[in-house]
Amino acid sequence: MAAEKIEILDQEGVSRAITRIAHEILEKNKGVENLVIVGIRTGGAYLATQLQKKISEIEGKVVPIGSIDITMYRDDFGSRSDLSVGQTDIRFSLSDRKVILVDDVLFTGRTIRAAMDALTDLGRPKNIQLAILVDRGHRELPIRPDYIGRNLPTARNERIDVDFDEQHAPQAVHLIRV
Amino acid sequence: MKVLVKSGRVVDPANNLDEKLDILIIDGKIVELAPNIDAGDAEVINAAGNIVTPGLIDMHVHLREPGQEYKEDIISGTKAAAAGGVTSVCCMPNTKPVIDNLPIAQFIMNKAKFEGSANVFPVAAISQGQKGEILSEMGELLEGGCVGFSDDGLPVKNGEMMRRALEYASTFGAPVMVHAEEMSLVADGSMNEGYVATELGLKGIPNVAEDCMTARDIMIAELTGGHLHICHVSTKGSLDLIRQAKARGVNVTCEVTPHHFSLTEEAVRGYNTNAKMNPPLRSQEDLEAVHAALADGTVDAIATDHAPHHIDDKNVEFELAANGIVGLETLLPLTLKLVADKVISLSKAISLLTYRPSEILRIDRGTLSVGAIADITIINPNKEWEVTEESLHSKSKNSYFIGYTLKGCALKTLLAGEVVFSRE
Amino acid sequence: MTFNHKHIIGIKDLTAEELTFILDTSISFKEINRRDIKKVPTLRGKTIINLFFEASTRTRTSFEIAGKRLSADTINISASGSSVVKGETLEDTAKNIQAMNPDAIVMRHHASGASDYLAKRLDCAVINAGDGMHEHPSQALLDAFTIREHKGKIEGLTVAIIGDITHSRVVRSNIYCLTKLGAKVRVAGPGTMLPPGIDKLGCEAYTNIDDAIKGSDVVMMLRIQRERQGAPLIPSVREYSRFFGLTHQRLKLAKENVIVMHPGPINRGVELPTSIADGPQNVILDQVENGVAVRMALLYLACGGEKLQD
Repeated sequence: MAAEKIEILDQEGVSRAITRIAHEILEKNKGVENLVIVGIRTGGAYLATQLQKKISEIEGKVVPIGSIDITMYRDDFGSRSDLSVGQTDIRFSLSDRKVILVDDVLFTGRTIRAAMDALTDLGRPKNIQLAILVDRGHRELPIRPDYIGRNLPTARNERIDVDFDEQHAPQAVHLIRV
Repeated sequence: MKVLVKSGRVVDPANNLDEKLDILIIDGKIVELAPNIDAGDAEVINAAGNIVTPGLIDMHVHLREPGQEYKEDIISGTKAAAAGGVTSVCCMPNTKPVIDNLPIAQFIMNKAKFEGSANVFPVAAISQGQKGEILSEMGELLEGGCVGFSDDGLPVKNGEMMRRALEYASTFGAPVMVHAEEMSLVADGSMNEGYVATELGLKGIPNVAEDCMTARDIMIAELTGGHLHICHVSTKGSLDLIRQAKARGVNVTCEVTPHHFSLTEEAVRGYNTNAKMNPPLRSQEDLEAVHAALADGTVDAIATDHAPHHIDDKNVEFELAANGIVGLETLLPLTLKLVADKVISLSKAISLLTYRPSEILRIDRGTLSVGAIADITIINPNKEWEVTEESLHSKSKNSYFIGYTLKGCALKTLLAGEVVFSRE
Repeated sequence: MTFNHKHIIGIKDLTAEELTFILDTSISFKEINRRDIKKVPTLRGKTIINLFFEASTRTRTSFEIAGKRLSADTINISASGSSVVKGETLEDTAKNIQAMNPDAIVMRHHASGASDYLAKRLDCAVINAGDGMHEHPSQALLDAFTIREHKGKIEGLTVAIIGDITHSRVVRSNIYCLTKLGAKVRVAGPGTMLPPGIDKLGCEAYTNIDDAIKGSDVVMMLRIQRERQGAPLIPSVREYSRFFGLTHQRLKLAKENVIVMHPGPINRGVELPTSIADGPQNVILDQVENGVAVRMALLYLACGGEKLQD
């Protein structure tokens, strides 16, 4: 059966969502002081770059950015056939920083759990705030995002795809219904 | 007691015979060979479609008794022989205690006679205790039924000792059978030296370890005139030396084993301990040299070096594993493969398994002449069978060929006219 | 990428793609080793047994640290002497250990083929930490990792390995690894230490080490076992050092940016003088550091995922 592909956000929609999140972050944190952005590889890391750009456009200041790979912290090790491990690249201390953790889609919450474990192994942040482009529900852990681009109730067997171009700029968000 | 072996293709190289004949046996001896014998009340064995040969002789067998009965004993070893179509075996003296005196040899011969399924001709030690120091009482041993002398597995290091052994044995007309290997060149090698050993990280045994001892022993044989028999020759170099020596008229004979004419060092890959032998499985070039030497008459006999080892002696790290494989029950199909591959003729193959070894050993076996003892092997050359642990009669199952499907087997084995083995 | 090897016995069994995947995976683990908190929960609840039949400080420690940094429970067992001396067979030793349900056994043994032997008989993963003169895959991988780190690539490089080639499992694994990744390997040593057929493994053999070093990007010196001295292999360490030791003069024959490697432990003043061992070209301690990362990658790949074959 052919999969049905429904566009949820187009390129501009994604851009507007990121702009809004940037404003919310600045408002809540009263500026960029002590703020760092960490994206979860790979989609979250791409979005983190967009978010960093947007914040510097608004605020005129560059927020440090890093990326984190959570493979080593996953709880489904042993049942996966793909064993590729990405690299974590955070070239600043996390101690006492306010960390904006960025991911593209929030689903069960397990990735975020793993990412928080990974972050705390790297230092002791003052706090961790979660920014998500699409929250599709079905949480399996008590995790709640601080910044949401779009809330989208989905069925379990559906899938959310965030498309990026070759420069890793977001193009669109689709709901895939099988 | 009359037995009639009917309608088989009788191959008896000693008598230049290869035709369809009946063989009549009365009281364990062959009394007549002719087409269509009508023997009235004789027990008839139908051999139509099969090959009838003199009972095969394997001049190099380790029966392990006395001393290592957990590996093999005279009953199980001769049963394996009969199942392989072999009616006479020479048992090697490296038992515990060593066969270096007549009472031990007599124990073996008596046990074989009353409980065995094949004739057993002991080969006694060259030196007392195989220590290479004092000669065994060769005269008495020969008189009592031993057929030759060997320090198998423990080559005689001392040149003078080898000289005296050949001189003394020649007094009684007996062969000295040598395992030709210069042990200092073997060192702690565990397979053939070469690319495969280098790749597997196993210490190698060079061909020259065998060749230089072969050369020495040939020269001593030439000096003394004694009969030197070189066991399980595995290298091109040694075969060349033997060929040249024979051309000079040196009293030298030799044997090769089925594993050396069937396998190469490649068999060791995977650290297969059933490919660990001494001498080791050699290179493709050596295997081809063995084939050439079989074809041109340099080789006088095919012998198995049947070396039973318990699973515990083989199921260990390669370098710790015992040397050798059981061979009695795969001798026939592996030799017939040489015939199928046109390396040698059927008649040549049978001669290497019958009257040629009987000549070397000076025993009254190996032919189907009228008046001869009726040791007879009936061979189905076409039957394909899978070698399994269960199919082997030997106590030990250390065959490289487990799992292989081989072609040809003994259908019936007759010892002095009596069926000692019969296959469905 | 999937990694469908349950056991890691030798580099010979691995493809260039798999070798590169292991090296790439090791990069991620190297980052962990430089953190303040040098631990990830990846192998939490896994048990890894270091079964060493041969004395080894470096390799055993390296595997132990690797396991611990992945949160595995790592247990060391030193089994001295051969199975025959001990009166217990290798199979029995291993099966007793397997009965305690480890996820992996890291094994060092003096007999070539010992790891292969265990892998054929056990259910858990077997990682070869050196078997006789056969292979030492983790050493070759950490060497390749170090070369790649310093040279940016392996393809097209010329690597000279000098020493007792015959008795070295490091050489065999390195020849496979480096040639599969596109390097040219030269081996050199006295005639008594060059095994027959070594060139068929894919390298060039030299008895003159100057010829081997000439134009090389990497010079790898092997430890000379002092017990070989006086045995028929070499007359003395003194003479060995003179003809087969690395000197500044010899090193000048190599490419200008040559790196000098050694699997350790070094005999200072024998294979190479202290001034080279501590000199600017040496990457010997990088090898040791990278060893932990590479072994983390091996443990991760051996213990993780669903294995589709072998």
